[in-house]
Amino acid sequence: MDAKQSKKLDFSPILVPLLSIVVALAFGGILIFIQGINPLLAYRVLFTTAFGSFDGIAITLAKATPLILSGLAVAICLRAGLFNIGAQGQLISGALASAWAGYTFVGLPALVHIPLALIFGAFFGALVALVAAVLKAYRGVHEVITTIMLNSIVIALSDYLTSNPFKEPDQPLTRTPKIQDSAQMPDLLGLPLGFFLAIGLSITLWWIMRNTTTGFSIETIGRNKNAGWYAGISVKKTIMLSMLIGGAVAGVAGAVETLSIIGRFEPAFNAGLGFDGITVALLGRANPLGVIPAAILIGGMRASGSTVQFEAGVAPELVDLLLAMILFFVTAPLLARFFKNRKENVAMTSGWSN
Amino acid sequence: MKTLLEIEGVSKSFGSVIANEDISLTVREGEILALLGENGAGKSTLVKAVFGLVKPDSGTIKINGTVMESGDTAAAIASGVGMVHQHFQLVPVMSVTENLILGDEPKRFGVVNITQARKEALALSEKYGLEVDADAIIEDLPVGMAQRVEILKALRRDVKLLILDEPTAVLTPQETDELLEVLRNLAKRGVGILFITHKLREVMAVADRIAVLRGGKLMGTTTPKESSESKLAQMMVGREVVLRVEKSQAKPKEVLLSIKNLRVSDDRKLESVKDLSLEVHAGEILGIAGVEGNGQRELVEAICSMRSRLSGEVIVKGQGIPNLNPRAAHLAGVSHIPEDREKHGLVTSYSIADNLVLNRFDQAPFARGWIRNLEEVASNGESLVEKFDIRAPDAYLSAGSLSGGNKQKVVVARELSQQLDVVVAAQPTRGVDVGSIEFIHNQLIAARDAGAAVLLVSAELDEILSLADRIAVISNGKIVAIFNSKEADRNTIGRLMAGLAS
Repeated sequence: MDAKQSKKLDFSPILVPLLSIVVALAFGGILIFIQGINPLLAYRVLFTTAFGSFDGIAITLAKATPLILSGLAVAICLRAGLFNIGAQGQLISGALASAWAGYTFVGLPALVHIPLALIFGAFFGALVALVAAVLKAYRGVHEVITTIMLNSIVIALSDYLTSNPFKEPDQPLTRTPKIQDSAQMPDLLGLPLGFFLAIGLSITLWWIMRNTTTGFSIETIGRNKNAGWYAGISVKKTIMLSMLIGGAVAGVAGAVETLSIIGRFEPAFNAGLGFDGITVALLGRANPLGVIPAAILIGGMRASGSTVQFEAGVAPELVDLLLAMILFFVTAPLLARFFKNRKENVAMTSGWSN
Repeated sequence: MKTLLEIEGVSKSFGSVIANEDISLTVREGEILALLGENGAGKSTLVKAVFGLVKPDSGTIKINGTVMESGDTAAAIASGVGMVHQHFQLVPVMSVTENLILGDEPKRFGVVNITQARKEALALSEKYGLEVDADAIIEDLPVGMAQRVEILKALRRDVKLLILDEPTAVLTPQETDELLEVLRNLAKRGVGILFITHKLREVMAVADRIAVLRGGKLMGTTTPKESSESKLAQMMVGREVVLRVEKSQAKPKEVLLSIKNLRVSDDRKLESVKDLSLEVHAGEILGIAGVEGNGQRELVEAICSMRSRLSGEVIVKGQGIPNLNPRAAHLAGVSHIPEDREKHGLVTSYSIADNLVLNRFDQAPFARGWIRNLEEVASNGESLVEKFDIRAPDAYLSAGSLSGGNKQKVVVARELSQQLDVVVAAQPTRGVDVGSIEFIHNQLIAARDAGAAVLLVSAELDEILSLADRIAVISNGKIVAIFNSKEADRNTIGRLMAGLAS
């Protein structure tokens, strides 16, 4: 982060995402209208379901929890100039590892078991990222390629493990046994504990990026790798570190899902959380705090998709469509350039060229 | 023979910098005209004007007797002008054939007819005697071959006037010889060639006529027969000293920087610093004079530990600097004003204040352990903006929004505001306005007087002559001579720079 932001207020980090959402909703509205449905009704149902009641908000925040974390995993790498497409694989690895720790260890108090299972998740998430990090730092292999490949590897591997050594015995489903009660993450104030963990991690990472030498190193490498090298920052170390942080956070995302929502590992249950993280990170401008509102918005849309179908008759794919359009507009450089009067070299634009 | 190109009274200035002043030149059919001059003499601007990339302020350019609309590249191409840029305009993953036909593909039923294209490529290569492998992929080819493809690409469009912008800058000596042979053959076929270079040997070897530019003005036109390399060198660098710097007598003391038998390779893995040894004393400025591309960049980067050394040592205050560790070089007392401030010297999206601590953000007082001390960063920024006359409303403005001169002042402020042992300044005033040049020069002299060993690398001979206490001439990766600046003679240095024995 800059030592101090220039005193002139710059609204573009908020304006561009907001505008993307508005434009996406407008286009979505046209499509809903073509189906002969009143788009305002559909959007009202979408909004009231997600944010209209305490229960709705609780569900929205529960849905947002893994998205905050997976968004954070992508965002922190973007700050270092790395495009981590592999949050999905890291998340699955973390989900499976925490499930294993959750059902294998018996007789631990919850105060030990839950952190232990979370650490398992973080460690195995980071382990997947480590492969991509080493290849990038020491061999120059582009992280987009390796993380995509690793997604497939992890998904196949987790399928194998869940249907063989880690399979719940004596029943037909491909899934692990249920975690012990001592590993079950409780709710706090009617909200999943994981939500507070995600908020805490966001604030911590935001603070690290802004106030520590590590944060400055990551930011510098992301903005100008050559200047970082000139300034004596180890490019390799920084790439490794930011990828490992990203992997660990994605692993925690998977662990939180396992320990508070699903209660075991089932291959299809985490589908898409890591990929939604990319949308969250971009919508949140790769800012560790920005991912929170972005994740809540997307979590809300995910939470209310089926209600919209039920009450307004709109196909549930509407949510995917809206998300895709938001992602499209938020990354559309035209829109961004329009609102940026100064050339702001945000880390996320350098991911492809190096 | 018919006149192909007539440049009449062309002038062009960029702001207060005059790039071309009332230049008139002609190129005839089958003639090789070499455009010779130092960096910044206005060669590139002139040929860009011919190609329509730059719009002259006044004067006319005629091709084949037709006055060209200025700034119209398409018209220039249509009337038979081809340009081979220094940076190749080729698609690296495509084959030679595909690159040659790109933009004007032979088609059959709306689909590219690759068999026909290959035939055309082979015919073209045969016609001009430029051998290339039509099926090779560009990125697999050596630079000289890729350049050949670039030339063929121009020739395919029936070029009458071929412009080459420093074509030999990227070539090995062998590849250069081959290129010169190619140019001679093209000239025999009636192609007019405008060839930019600052290498005297090439000019003498290949040119029919030579036009020398200096400071944007045409100094004269001559031929290899009427001239000699030393006469050309004199024409090229013989200008009066423009910048006079007030400085006292140097009081050199102990050796602070010592380079022993250094060997370094460039980006193409060719050895560009060859067994070089050099010593710089406390309290002196040692200037490295040389034509660009003779190993200066690699020398500087190796001293600052940014580029791997093949062998040899860099010793600062008696302490060896480890290989490839810029941080260690910095901590040992090496300040580095890098040649490319946008690439290495600054993070343009960071504030001035952050840039002013770029290489010591994690040291006291700018950090306490792991935590950055943002107040210190801010107050350091404010005081350096003031002290180094950086023209900005405050220290929180992004560095990228500053002018070239002020950007450079940010780099200079950072590098010269710390403990001063060894200062390596590479092209410290390139692209910087006159006022900032003077300021930066005075800062370098102040660093010298404060007891630093200053190594100044500059492509501007004037800068070296006015600042340096001793002058080392570099040519082809070796120090060929060292003078005390009082004994230094511009013409002798010019000849040595050009690779001639004195």
